[in-house]
Amino acid sequence: MSVMNNQGRQTTPTQTAVNEVETVSGNKGLSQRELLIFEVGTPRRTGVDFPERIGTKNRLGGQERTSEIGLPGLSEPEIMRHYVRLSQKNYAIDLGVYPLGSCTMKHNPRLNEKVARLAGFADLHPLQPQSTTQGAIELMGTLAHWIMTLTGMPAVAMSPKAGAHGELCGMMAIRAALDAKGADHKRRVLVPESAHGTNPATAVQCGFTIDSIPATDDGRVDMDALKAKLGDDVAGIMLTNPNTCGLFERDIIEIAELIHGVGGYFYCDGANFNALVGRVRPGDLGIDAMHLNLHKTFSTPHGGGGPGAGPTVLSDALSPFAPVPRIEQEGDTWKLVEDVEDADGDSFGRMTAFHGQMGMFTRALTYMMSHGSDGLKQATEDAVLNANYIQASLSDVMSPAFGGICMHEALFDDSFLKGSGVETLDFAKAMIDEGYHPMTMYFPLVVHGAMLIEPTESESKAELDRFIAVMRSLAQKAVSGKHIDMFKAAPIYAPLRRLDETQAARKPVLRWTSPEA
Amino acid sequence: MRYLPLNTNDRNAMLDVVGVRSIDDLFLDVPKSARIDGLIDLPTHQTEAQVDAAMTALAGKNRAAGAGPFFIGGGAYRHHIPSSVDHLIQRSEFLTAYTPYQPEISQGTLQVLFEFQTQVAMLTGMEVANASMYDGSTACGEAVLMACRAKRRKKAYIASGVHPHYSATTKNVCKFLDITLDIAPSAPSRDSAVLENLDKDTAAIVVQSPNVFGEIVDLTPYAEAAHAVGALLIAVFTEPVAFGAIKSPGEMGADIVVGEGQSIGVGLNYGGPYVGLFACRQKLVRQMPGRVCGETIDAEGNRGYVLTLSTREQHIRREKATSNICTNSGLCTVAFSIHMSLLGEAGLRILAQINHEKACQLADMLSAIDGVELVTDTFFNEFTLRLPKPAHEVVEAMVGNNVLGGLAASRLMKGQDDLLIVAATETNCDEDMNAFVSALTEALS
Repeated sequence: MSVMNNQGRQTTPTQTAVNEVETVSGNKGLSQRELLIFEVGTPRRTGVDFPERIGTKNRLGGQERTSEIGLPGLSEPEIMRHYVRLSQKNYAIDLGVYPLGSCTMKHNPRLNEKVARLAGFADLHPLQPQSTTQGAIELMGTLAHWIMTLTGMPAVAMSPKAGAHGELCGMMAIRAALDAKGADHKRRVLVPESAHGTNPATAVQCGFTIDSIPATDDGRVDMDALKAKLGDDVAGIMLTNPNTCGLFERDIIEIAELIHGVGGYFYCDGANFNALVGRVRPGDLGIDAMHLNLHKTFSTPHGGGGPGAGPTVLSDALSPFAPVPRIEQEGDTWKLVEDVEDADGDSFGRMTAFHGQMGMFTRALTYMMSHGSDGLKQATEDAVLNANYIQASLSDVMSPAFGGICMHEALFDDSFLKGSGVETLDFAKAMIDEGYHPMTMYFPLVVHGAMLIEPTESESKAELDRFIAVMRSLAQKAVSGKHIDMFKAAPIYAPLRRLDETQAARKPVLRWTSPEA
Repeated sequence: MRYLPLNTNDRNAMLDVVGVRSIDDLFLDVPKSARIDGLIDLPTHQTEAQVDAAMTALAGKNRAAGAGPFFIGGGAYRHHIPSSVDHLIQRSEFLTAYTPYQPEISQGTLQVLFEFQTQVAMLTGMEVANASMYDGSTACGEAVLMACRAKRRKKAYIASGVHPHYSATTKNVCKFLDITLDIAPSAPSRDSAVLENLDKDTAAIVVQSPNVFGEIVDLTPYAEAAHAVGALLIAVFTEPVAFGAIKSPGEMGADIVVGEGQSIGVGLNYGGPYVGLFACRQKLVRQMPGRVCGETIDAEGNRGYVLTLSTREQHIRREKATSNICTNSGLCTVAFSIHMSLLGEAGLRILAQINHEKACQLADMLSAIDGVELVTDTFFNEFTLRLPKPAHEVVEAMVGNNVLGGLAASRLMKGQDDLLIVAATETNCDEDMNAFVSALTEALS
């Protein structure tokens, strides 16, 4: 008989009246309090061993650092505890449904992580002679081929580091194309009210002004308003498709024609390309530029806010202006053209020091090759089906913003909460107590109290059914008016209760400072 | 398909609930002319083993930096990263989380960001730092835009010795905003011409130290000159390990400090993802681009962290935002912060000292070769040699001996054909250095 570590004293739960205990440590079982690294480490300790130093005379030119830095160090076991404890205060895709609309929180396959860490990719310097990095350039070229084929576009700039950086790439190409034509008067960019905030912020960085277009009652671009705003000074339009309401812009081909008709260019925000892969090629819709978020559509991990990658496809009209580096293939030899002077056409310049997010390229190509053209199409269809299933299953208890068929995400407004005392924020925080990450809230701005749910293709029907049951129950509780306290107090089962964001912004404390200072 | 949980029965049952007959009915809003029949012309799905084999073969076509003697820097440096760093950043809770917009269930990422910001501020000698930019070069561009906003001026100078790709990236973000950017040509030996051209329209001067040739630059005269005309000093760096040995830019009067954090925790990755570090004086904080994490309390008075000062950012301010940046380098900040916490000040100082000693040793060995001249008299872990032959030919010749012996300066700047930029770190052993000496001697003979 084996010796049990409780010395054979088996336990049976007994009934007690105690609900909550104030623990001495401040911990709650598996939920451990964790101080800041500056409060647990010291500048004299290090978790790294080093070889002996030689002790030569320095050549620092009198610039030796004499002041203290103050950076704390810890041994490896202490480091493991610190970060594992912190990690356990995070929600994650691998933990549960993460239905953030517009963010595409799909499963991150682990093969992608393995491949990205192969020494031939990870331990490769961007300025090694290109003869020693042929496999890496070939990988970039192969990924570019997949991207151009899936989007139906003739060119792609690989270097943008994230979606917003890709937007900048596309809008700079548009500005460069206009400048090349001497079209100095074309400075107005049309942007729908429902657009991501990055769109207007990007256009302004290219010297454009913003003119906002309203939406119709069915959540799409108001064509009459758009036509009324057309004019010779229009540089282009920035339009997300499917749009941020999760709806396909039915008039998109006509929009492209109208914009081209006034000599403007069509920037398509590709944040939602995951609803189209394998079913629609943006190139067939008349667009001139579109970024892809490899960290959304092609599953590279979000990593708590990046790194992303934003390769940007360009039409024939814009491709001469693409940034460097450019990928070229001559026979079996792959080449990166790194200087503007050496590039064909009239490159607008360089967007970043090196070649782009190689670590994301390896992951995205691994994802594409794993799925293949059939799997990518199936993933798109499942994502759209999952979103419609949620919308259909919740539409009698929550209020769909527009109704009808949606694409990869379902948008609700807060009209079902009207008069209940519960607001979108409260509803979202109550989801936390139920073990879910809230959906995107208060975006898009065109819908009051917006709740944007994007389940992605990674959720099983069983998981969706549990989620739907919880959402239905929360909606019923909210409108019943009997549980307002529960909603207002939520979350109570998270590592922290609701945080005071107003105080954080009013008196910013952006770093730790020593109490002795 | 191993990543897709739905099966045909599920799909049919769900279509019934939605009230449509087929998947095609979900795509009826797509104009008929743009609907695709069948599959796009790309290979179909493959097993995990097949993809693994194909990618491993592709990786095998590259000569990994660690597969032999390696001495390239030029803005990215090869350092040993402790195993625990990569293990920790692969925890699902860090890897598969989104930007921490729901702070109650994102305290892990948020506390790391708060610690990261503090570490960056300490390292650079500044008061505050943001939660990262894409990389050092884009951070440099954003710093110039920020200085122009803060000073309401539209002119900036980039001093000689700033990494040419940083200058090019900065020039690019300024080009459509009517900002006049004067870029001094890059050449070794410090050039203070920029100091005479400053005037009341100048928003900032940009100086890198250690610079692209490896030289250590005293920033103090630049700070004084900038401040004398009411401009800001933007200090740039590409090797954060240097601050374990040399004075921080903050100590020398910099107002904004930007640079590449890749050396700590991130690795080479063929140029990305990297992590842009961005720090500044407290009084400039509301002009800073990017995400910032701040301390606050929860409803029960417990200390916690949130993303804050978001009224600077694009999702709130739209066209009036300080930058269009949204996603940054989240997971790389975690890697940086873990590695920095393992090092601590004590470890960072020793690491810096070893790097410097390796570079001194290698500089002496290489400059003893006939015809080779060391042109940088001060340096940290990177230095520049003048060769009697075009450096790019020498670099290619050394590849034949499996030695990646530095970076031809002409790869970054035209007209500097005889300069070879060489980096040494703690990863270089004596055997590697001897191999480098032999290969260079042979290539020059």
